[in-house]
Amino acid sequence: MRPVRTAFAGALLGTLVLAGCGQTTTPTTTAAPTGTAPASSAGFPVTIEAGNGKVTLAKKPERIVSLSATHTETLFAVGAGPQVVAVDDQSNYPAQAPKTDLSGFKPNVEAIVAKKPDLVIVSDDIDHIVAELGKVNVPVLLEPAATKLDDAYEEIAEIGAATGNKAKADEVVSGMKTAMDKLAADAPKDKKLTYYHELDQTPYAATSQTFIGQVYAMFGLTNIADKAPDQAGGYPKLSAEFVAQADPDLIFLADVKCCGQSKDTLAKRPGWKGLSAIKNDQVVQLDDDLASRWGPRVVQLAESIGAAVAKAGTTS
Amino acid sequence: MTRQAGPSRARPLWVVCALGVLAMCMIAGLLDGAADISPWQVVLQAVDWLPFVHVDSGLAPVEQGLLFELRLPRVLVAAVVGGLLAMAGAGYQGVFRNPLADPYLLGAAAGAGLAATAAIVLLPGSAGSIPLAAFLGAVGGVFLAYTLGNTAGRAGGTATLVLAGVAVTSFLTAIQAFIQQLKVEELQRIYSWILGDVGGGWDQFWLVLPYAAVSAVLLLLHGRMLDVLSVGDEEATSLGVRAARVRFTVLLAASLATAAAVAVSGLIGFVGIVIPHIVRRLAGGSYRIVLPLSLIGGGAFLVLADLIARTVIAPAELPIGVVTMFVGAPFFVGVLRMTRRAAT
Repeated sequence: MRPVRTAFAGALLGTLVLAGCGQTTTPTTTAAPTGTAPASSAGFPVTIEAGNGKVTLAKKPERIVSLSATHTETLFAVGAGPQVVAVDDQSNYPAQAPKTDLSGFKPNVEAIVAKKPDLVIVSDDIDHIVAELGKVNVPVLLEPAATKLDDAYEEIAEIGAATGNKAKADEVVSGMKTAMDKLAADAPKDKKLTYYHELDQTPYAATSQTFIGQVYAMFGLTNIADKAPDQAGGYPKLSAEFVAQADPDLIFLADVKCCGQSKDTLAKRPGWKGLSAIKNDQVVQLDDDLASRWGPRVVQLAESIGAAVAKAGTTS
Repeated sequence: MTRQAGPSRARPLWVVCALGVLAMCMIAGLLDGAADISPWQVVLQAVDWLPFVHVDSGLAPVEQGLLFELRLPRVLVAAVVGGLLAMAGAGYQGVFRNPLADPYLLGAAAGAGLAATAAIVLLPGSAGSIPLAAFLGAVGGVFLAYTLGNTAGRAGGTATLVLAGVAVTSFLTAIQAFIQQLKVEELQRIYSWILGDVGGGWDQFWLVLPYAAVSAVLLLLHGRMLDVLSVGDEEATSLGVRAARVRFTVLLAASLATAAAVAVSGLIGFVGIVIPHIVRRLAGGSYRIVLPLSLIGGGAFLVLADLIARTVIAPAELPIGVVTMFVGAPFFVGVLRMTRRAAT
């Protein structure tokens, strides 16, 4: 796991301590007035230890560009929405996000700079975008794809701190934790259910090593893709005959929007129509976006998984 | 190319041997896979499929289904596709009198790649449109290269045709890359199509079979003509062979074979270049023997490659194109070395 430490300015020292999420707050030597400062500048300057090292923001960013659909969701969830001036073409949630044709996959430095950002948030340092933006003195926050729930919580807290919305971000995180803990506690763990999470009808799956796999693990499910050897990676292309023989109790489809997959299309695949998940109607159509993002809406994803697990209990 | 053909009476023997190898590869392909089924049960199940025989293989219905619906058609598709690609490669090598010619030389791969990419991007969810698009794209790519080659150079001139193929390939590949950049989120699906897959079930098999039959018959009938062409156009003409027409027919049949193979399996590389060379080294250079042996040998090779692809990291799979290129690339270098030696 990426070691993440967030250092806050003295103004916030001691006001909030996040318990149990692996985050430590350390004071900086900068002294700042406490409490009485206007909200827009409270807590700044702030230093975030992000994926691209220490990032220091002298004042509250007012022109934020997000090149990651996950982080766009987070920005709006923590109340930084009004500060966001542009998001990439994949950011489709929430609806009011200022979607542009900026590409998060093939970032164009000039197009980004043209938005006059005072903070750019990315999840992947594609084409050395961090260094390129650094050359023109645009601060960049690299918050890479989370592999654990705790990472996701930390990133939300960091984005909150970086945008001057720390209190709201902490609220979001603690709300998520409470919801997730409740879902995990409510999940029947003794059913010994197996599952297959499909990313693509080829068929590509996700193992328990991935972020999504960790979410499933909360519900005590066993992932059939874990039999794939490590060198196949966290997202192995599985053999169709292996999936058929493994005959998972539950099938979760994350290729619904992209590729139109459903119980019916699964049943039409060679050799799959006898699968018990299809016969017992245990094929769950997930929201593709929720299943690939590690932002605040992961709770909704977990809810749909939890509901499917509960339902599987009543019919089998 | 100028290697002497083997004695003609040895020909049936070679074909019988090759068919034996193909049969063994196919049986091996049927016996092993990612699903944990003992070979003995597969044998019992195969006997059970025979008419009027009933044997209890002890396999669950799902397992019987996966054997019949997944593994059996997969082995058959691999055999047909491998055979088509190798035979098309031999045909192209004969037409161009160039040992490095391959089925994708004239823009077939680029055309298929572009059309499949467009289908993936524009028609999400309809996987059935990809084979048709790839087929049309492959035919279109070859047609474009052929038309350009003929208008740019002398009719029937092979060098101009190859250059036109290179130009068409670059151009179509550029458009494909452009579309990919616009729809980067589809990269993985495009990429996995390009690396090839023969696991589409019986539909794929029935789709490819008629084209396979037509192109195989056409190509096999022209083996003798290609032998005559190999001594040079003037000599061929003096022997009463119309070089341009033979060349056109063989190109057409080889392109049809390529397009059919690409349509069901994606772009599987190197089969078309490796197999004809192995055959030539073993059985001599006469196209009367190279073409049928390539057909059989290519099938055997691809069945084995697919068996490796789906078992070596089971239950995960390697794309079959990775396996064929892994075997093919070193061989290709060997061919290059040998042809250089022959040329100097």
